[in-house]
Amino acid sequence: MTPSRSVRIVLLLLFVALLAIPLVLKRLEAQRAAGNSKLEASQALTRHGFHLQEVAQASGINFVHQAPRLDQQLDHIMPQVASMGAGASVVDFDRDGWQDIYFTNSGEGSKNCLYRNIGDGTFKEVAGELGIADVNQEGTGVSMGAVWGDYDNDGFEDLFLYKWGRPELFHNEGGRHFTRVAEQAGLPAWVNANTAIWFDYDGDGLLDLFIGGYYSETLDLWHLQTTKIMPESFEYAKNGGRKYLFHNLGAGNFEEVSAKLGIDSRRWALAAAAADLRGTGRQDLFIANDYGVSELYFNDGKQFHDVGEQTGVGFAPKSGMTAAFGDVLNQGRYAIYVSNISEDGVLIQGNNLWVPQEGTSGDGLRYENLARALGVEMGGWSWGMQFGDLNNDGTLDVYLTNGYVSADRNKSYWYDFSKVAGGNSTIIGDAKNWPAMEGRSLSGYQQKRVWLNDGAGKFNDVAQAVGATDTYDGRSVALADLWNRGVLDVIVTSQRGPVLIYKNTVGPDNNWIDFELEGTASNRSALGAEVKLFWNGRQQVQTVSGGSGFCAQNQRRLHFGLGKNAQIEKAVIRWPSGKTQTLQDPLMSQINKIKEPA
Amino acid sequence: MSQSPGESAITSPLDVPRPRRIRFDNRYVAPLFITCILLVGHLSYGILESYEKTALAIGAALVTELILGRIFFGKWLHLASAYITGISVGILVRSPAYWPYALCSVISIMSKYVLRVKGRHIWNPSNFGIAVLLFLAPETLAILSIQWGNNLLPIVVIWTLGSIIIWRARRFHISATYVVSFFLFAFLRTWITGDPWQAEVAPITGPMYQLFVFFMITDPKTTVRSRKGQCVVAFCVAVVEFFLRLDQVVYAPIFALFFVGPAAMLIEIWLDSRREKSAATRTA
Repeated sequence: MTPSRSVRIVLLLLFVALLAIPLVLKRLEAQRAAGNSKLEASQALTRHGFHLQEVAQASGINFVHQAPRLDQQLDHIMPQVASMGAGASVVDFDRDGWQDIYFTNSGEGSKNCLYRNIGDGTFKEVAGELGIADVNQEGTGVSMGAVWGDYDNDGFEDLFLYKWGRPELFHNEGGRHFTRVAEQAGLPAWVNANTAIWFDYDGDGLLDLFIGGYYSETLDLWHLQTTKIMPESFEYAKNGGRKYLFHNLGAGNFEEVSAKLGIDSRRWALAAAAADLRGTGRQDLFIANDYGVSELYFNDGKQFHDVGEQTGVGFAPKSGMTAAFGDVLNQGRYAIYVSNISEDGVLIQGNNLWVPQEGTSGDGLRYENLARALGVEMGGWSWGMQFGDLNNDGTLDVYLTNGYVSADRNKSYWYDFSKVAGGNSTIIGDAKNWPAMEGRSLSGYQQKRVWLNDGAGKFNDVAQAVGATDTYDGRSVALADLWNRGVLDVIVTSQRGPVLIYKNTVGPDNNWIDFELEGTASNRSALGAEVKLFWNGRQQVQTVSGGSGFCAQNQRRLHFGLGKNAQIEKAVIRWPSGKTQTLQDPLMSQINKIKEPA
Repeated sequence: MSQSPGESAITSPLDVPRPRRIRFDNRYVAPLFITCILLVGHLSYGILESYEKTALAIGAALVTELILGRIFFGKWLHLASAYITGISVGILVRSPAYWPYALCSVISIMSKYVLRVKGRHIWNPSNFGIAVLLFLAPETLAILSIQWGNNLLPIVVIWTLGSIIIWRARRFHISATYVVSFFLFAFLRTWITGDPWQAEVAPITGPMYQLFVFFMITDPKTTVRSRKGQCVVAFCVAVVEFFLRLDQVVYAPIFALFFVGPAAMLIEIWLDSRREKSAATRTA
C-alpha cells in the first residue's frame, strides 16, 4: 500500500510548513524586539516609565579596570583566563546618608577606588587616603570583588576584599580610615576567590563570611608549576577552589567551619547570595558555579544541607555567573536568577529564573525554571545582574550585563573554544592544549539587557530604548539610589573597560518607599532582614543583602516602587534575630529609617 | 546473524517470521545500546537537559513513525528505528525550549517518508533534523558538545561496547574508516593551523562523536551498499569535515554527513538505474 498522490502532496506541504516554523518564530521575535530600538529620553519615559543616562565622567568617576597579567605560560589564552576582577560594591562608609561606591581593580600594582558621594551630584576618589587603594601589590594577588558588612557592630561598614591572592579584611575606623585586620581575623593566606558574602547564618547578631573559591587555592596564578589549572570538564568540573565559611566569634576573630557545617564543594564558584527561602528565620545559601550545577544549601542555623538536586536548581549543569533573589511575581517569595552562556548556534544554555513551584514550601520547596516563559532567558554571555524596580511601577525588573572578550570584531574564538570544551578532562584541563586566542573575540561587543517586568508575567527587553547602549565586556552590576531621589541608578563595571553610571530618570507619577534598617539584637547592618510590603492589594518582599549578583553588592537600603496612586497597608519587617515588626504607616516617597526595637 | 536496523529502517514486526525458540531480536541491540549510553551518561553525570525534553523527543518520533507508517504501509511499524532517532535527538539537541525537541524528531522521521528518491530515503533521519534546525534556528538550539564526566572510563566503555555491537552488525569497517580518517585529518590540521594536536582530537572524545560514529554514519538505510563504497563514503565525510573545520564550522561532522550522505546515495541510485537500464537493453 502506498498513499495516494494527494496524501503525499499534503504530507510534503506539512513537511515544508514544519521547516518554516523556526523562521516564523524568528520573525515574531524580531517584531517583538523592534520595540527595543533606541528612543529619545522623553519617548522612553512615556513608553517605559524611565530613562538611563550614562554620567560616570560627568560625576567624577573615571575608573577604568585593568586586567591581570598572569603566568606567561597562559599568554596564549590570557584574555579568557584573566577575564574577571571588575567588581562594584555600594556602601555608605561614612554614614552621611549618601551611597558611595568601591571598585576593584586587577592589574598588578593597580589601585582600587572608593568614590565618596559628595551629595551634589559628584564623587571624589578617597581610597588612597583611607588606606584601601593599594591592595594589588605584586606577590599579594589582585582584587576580584568586595563586600561590606559591619562585622563588629560599631555602626560602620567594614570591607572584605576577595582576590586571586591574599584576602583582605579592613576595619572601618569611624568612616575616617581603614585598618587591615586580616591576620587577626584568621583569614587564609591565599584564595583564588570570585565571590564572597556577609550573612549571619546562625542568627547570633554577628556577621559571618562566606568565600567561594574559583581556581584552586593551591595555585599562584603568577608562578605556575603546571599548566593543568583549567576545569577538568566544561559542565562537571569539581577541581575548582574550596569554599570557606568563617563564623564570627566576636572581637574580630573568625573560625573556619565550612566542612563542619556541611559545605564541602570544589566546584568553580562565581557567585553566591543568601536569603531566607523557607521562612525559617535563617538565611539559606545559593552558589552559582561555573562549569557545573548550582548549589543550594538549606540552613537550619547549625548545619547546611545540600538540596540543589532535590529542589531542582542543581540538576542541569551550566555556567553560572550570577546569583540574585527577587520577588518577581509579587508573591512574597523569592525567585533566584542565575546567568549562563548563550551563543547562537554554538552553546544555548539560557539563563535560569528559578521560581518556587506552587504548593511547595519549607523543606519541600521546589523550583522550576521560568526564564523562557517570562522572557529573561537569552542574555548572551551573561555576567552580573540585579533585580530592582527601575521604573517604580511596583514590580521588579532585571538589569543584566554581558560580553566575555571583545577583541577583533571579525574573528571569533568560539570554534576553538567549543572544540576543546568538548574534550576529555586530560585535554580541557591543561591550558597548553588550548589554541591561542590571537586577538580573537569570544562573545564580544554584546548588547545588554534591561528586562522590564510588565506585572503580568512577562519581561520585555528595553535596554536600547531606555539608554543602556554600551557594548563593553560587562561584569558586575549594582543598584543604588546615588542621588537620593527615590529611584535606582545602575552601576556597571567592565573588564578592561570603564565604569558606567547610568543615572535613572523615572516618571513622576509612580510612588516609591525606601527602608533603611539598623539592627540592635540583630547584626547592625541588618543583613538578612526582610521587609514585606503590602499596598494596593499587592505585596512584595525584599531582603537586605550582604552581596549578590556577580562580584557586586547593592545598597543596603531597600527600595520599593509602588506604581500610581499607591496606598500602603503595612510593612512587616522580620529581623535576623527573629523579631517581627509591623509598620502601619510607613512614609511614602521617603527613606524610612528603622531601628530594630528592643 | 541479522543486521541491526539502524535509525532509518522502516520495518514491521509483521514482516518478520516468528522465531521458534526464544532468542534475542537483533533489532533491539542498537536501541538498547543507545539507551544504556543515555542512562550511564545521565545517572553518572546528569547529561540530559531534562527528562521531559528527552521523553518529548522520543515520543514525537514514535508517534510520527506510527502515523506515517500507517499512512504509507497500512500497518503499525516496528518502532526500533524511530526510537533511535528520538533518543538521538533527545541526547544531542540542547535547547532551553521544548519545541525544538519535538520539531526535530518529527522532521527527522518525516524526512524518511517525504524525501525519497526511487523508493529510498537519502538522509540519515536525525542527521537531517539536527542539521536543518542548526541552520534554521541557531539562536534556539545547539547540540551536545560536552564530554561524559571527567574521566576516561566511560569513554573506553562506550567505545568498546559500541565497537562490539557495530562489529556484530557488520558495519565496524565504516566506523573504523571514519575514526582513522578523523585522526589523520586532525594531525593534518595541527600541521596547518599550528594548534595543539590535543585540541584537534578533543572533539572525538566527546559523546556527540560516539553517537555520530555508531549511529549516524553506519545507518544501513542511508549508506551505500558495497563495503568498499561505505568505506569511501566514511572517508569522504571525514574529508568534508576536515575542510569545514578549517573554516571553523563548529558542527562540522553533522554538516559533512548532511552533504556527503545524500550525495553518495544519489550516486548509487544513479548507478543502479544505469545498470538496470543497460541490463534491460541487453535483455531486449
